[in-house]
Amino acid sequence: MTALSTEHATMPVLGRLAPYATREETIAHIAEAARQIRIQDLKLVHYAGAGHIGGDFSAIDVLATLYGAVLNIAPETVDDPERDRFILSKGHVAGALYTTLAAFGFLEVAELATFLKPLSRLNGHPNRNKVPGVEANTGPLGHGLPIAVGHALSAKLDVSRRRTYVLTGDGELQEGSNWEAMMAASQHELDSLTVIVDRNRLQQGATTRETNDLDPLDQKAAAFGFAVVEVNGHDHGELFDVLSSAPFRPGKPTFVIAHTHKGHPISFMSNNVAWHHKVPNDGQFAQALDELESAAAPTAHDRTVS
Amino acid sequence: MSTAITSISDQPRFDCRDAYVATLADLAQSDHRIVGVVNDSVGSSKLDAFKKAFPDRLINVGIAEQDMVGVAAGLANGGRIPFVSAASCFLTARALEQIKADVAYSNRNVKLCGMSPGMAYGELGPTHHSIEDIAWLRAIHNITIIVPADPIETAAAMRWAAATEGPAFIRVSRMGVPAIYEDDYKFVPGRAITVRDGDDVTIISNGTVLWRSLAAAEKLAEEGISARVISMPAVKPLDVDAVIAAARETKGIVTAEEATSVGGLGGAVAETVVQNHPTRVTILGVPEFAVTGSAGFLLDRYGMSPEGIADAARALAVR
Repeated sequence: MTALSTEHATMPVLGRLAPYATREETIAHIAEAARQIRIQDLKLVHYAGAGHIGGDFSAIDVLATLYGAVLNIAPETVDDPERDRFILSKGHVAGALYTTLAAFGFLEVAELATFLKPLSRLNGHPNRNKVPGVEANTGPLGHGLPIAVGHALSAKLDVSRRRTYVLTGDGELQEGSNWEAMMAASQHELDSLTVIVDRNRLQQGATTRETNDLDPLDQKAAAFGFAVVEVNGHDHGELFDVLSSAPFRPGKPTFVIAHTHKGHPISFMSNNVAWHHKVPNDGQFAQALDELESAAAPTAHDRTVS
Repeated sequence: MSTAITSISDQPRFDCRDAYVATLADLAQSDHRIVGVVNDSVGSSKLDAFKKAFPDRLINVGIAEQDMVGVAAGLANGGRIPFVSAASCFLTARALEQIKADVAYSNRNVKLCGMSPGMAYGELGPTHHSIEDIAWLRAIHNITIIVPADPIETAAAMRWAAATEGPAFIRVSRMGVPAIYEDDYKFVPGRAITVRDGDDVTIISNGTVLWRSLAAAEKLAEEGISARVISMPAVKPLDVDAVIAAARETKGIVTAEEATSVGGLGGAVAETVVQNHPTRVTILGVPEFAVTGSAGFLLDRYGMSPEGIADAARALAVR
């Protein structure tokens, strides 16, 4: 198999739409970004011979929506104290995060070709001291939510409008630290905090139900004091509407259960537990690429801000 | 006998938590970024007055240490300087992965303050003892480890930590210790202080055992043995030069600390000696899950009474 090189890191930089874009234009832009990010991420995993493609593809629509239209952050103000914070608690989908950061101009696309290579700053888990746009060095599960609570507390102390978003896996919620943090978020009435759960119902080697069932997750989160919203985690319209509208109840943090499929939308990967960190072979790669490239081309994004 | 009247053993004793809370309030007064973070440990950290003075700036996450350290990392992300105050046993054991990943590896400006460390909880037993904290944290890169010996050094370490970007761990003693340093003392990481000079043998110590080491040196002096006493407040970064000089200039080194005899100050000194100037080293520490007793009783039992430290030093000096 060919090794990952710069010829495999050629995705377009999509940037953000101008603020006056319509909802339809915005959603089309997010959809195209997500499609391009998947194509690029597929190449990274295939040619690097490693990665977590199942979880990457379940999370990419959330990532594309946040970076494409929700978060108040930009490559040129990546250290602005008043920026919104996004914390990727499921740090093992670093490949999806790097690709998303490249799509929106935080990283050079060509640098993606160093993914997992010796001395690359694009490690298997993100490092905030090396990669612009990364807020925390995550990887061990159950760390992102407490960090997000701490940041939301700092915003409250500062009487700032900056918001905090954290994306966790669902299996990850088996870690008790998340529930410690949820109690604190509710106690401190952190309504600038939005927790997004990538609810793909699969963990490393089995379903969450077979392992340590989380349901009824909505009732659990509500009992912990969150305003709970459920969305189709692959529907960019639903994601955009919900993530840009939080909070839904004054004084309550938001808990978005994003129903997803691992490996979405690839026919042979979707909702298949085998694809947690499996690497597509040449034939599988060609088929997945074909499925992504033949997906309906969304609206041209002629209103992209340079 | 006649020298006893001036012995350090007879000086009044202080609880370093009092210096801790006074300094934290003082720092918070002059820097709005300073906040306290606790795990229900307001009382045990003596922070009631701080809570009254700065009600919004004492964040109690409840009995939840993993969350406490993660929250501190998030507060630092938002530009605050959190001083996490919690019993050292729970802070370091229960949140060790958060200390490693969220604070040290993420290089967050978080100050971890281990209250009532070592065997301060005495009769409550090994579940509440924190003799492992130094060894655990010493294995983690990018965190300064400070074990102050008196109230002045506790305050100085806090002022240094508040003014210096990056992760730090400060052990805040509960068991009474006499005043050792003058008011103008400044903490410098990686700098040891020769608190008593001598050329026969060296005792390297810190925290609650430093005054006991000085008392040991007093006893040895009565026998004509000249013991150098080095205070090593920073276990990391270690003052390597001071250790090598002691190895070179005296007949051996005794280390003495209120911690497990594995991997703490003694381990750090031994690693330095072996790689630079091999000499005899005796490591005094806690060699087991401690038996029932007060902290003072236990230090005596494990060879860290002034007499016990003197015995260990004498054995090296006269060989």
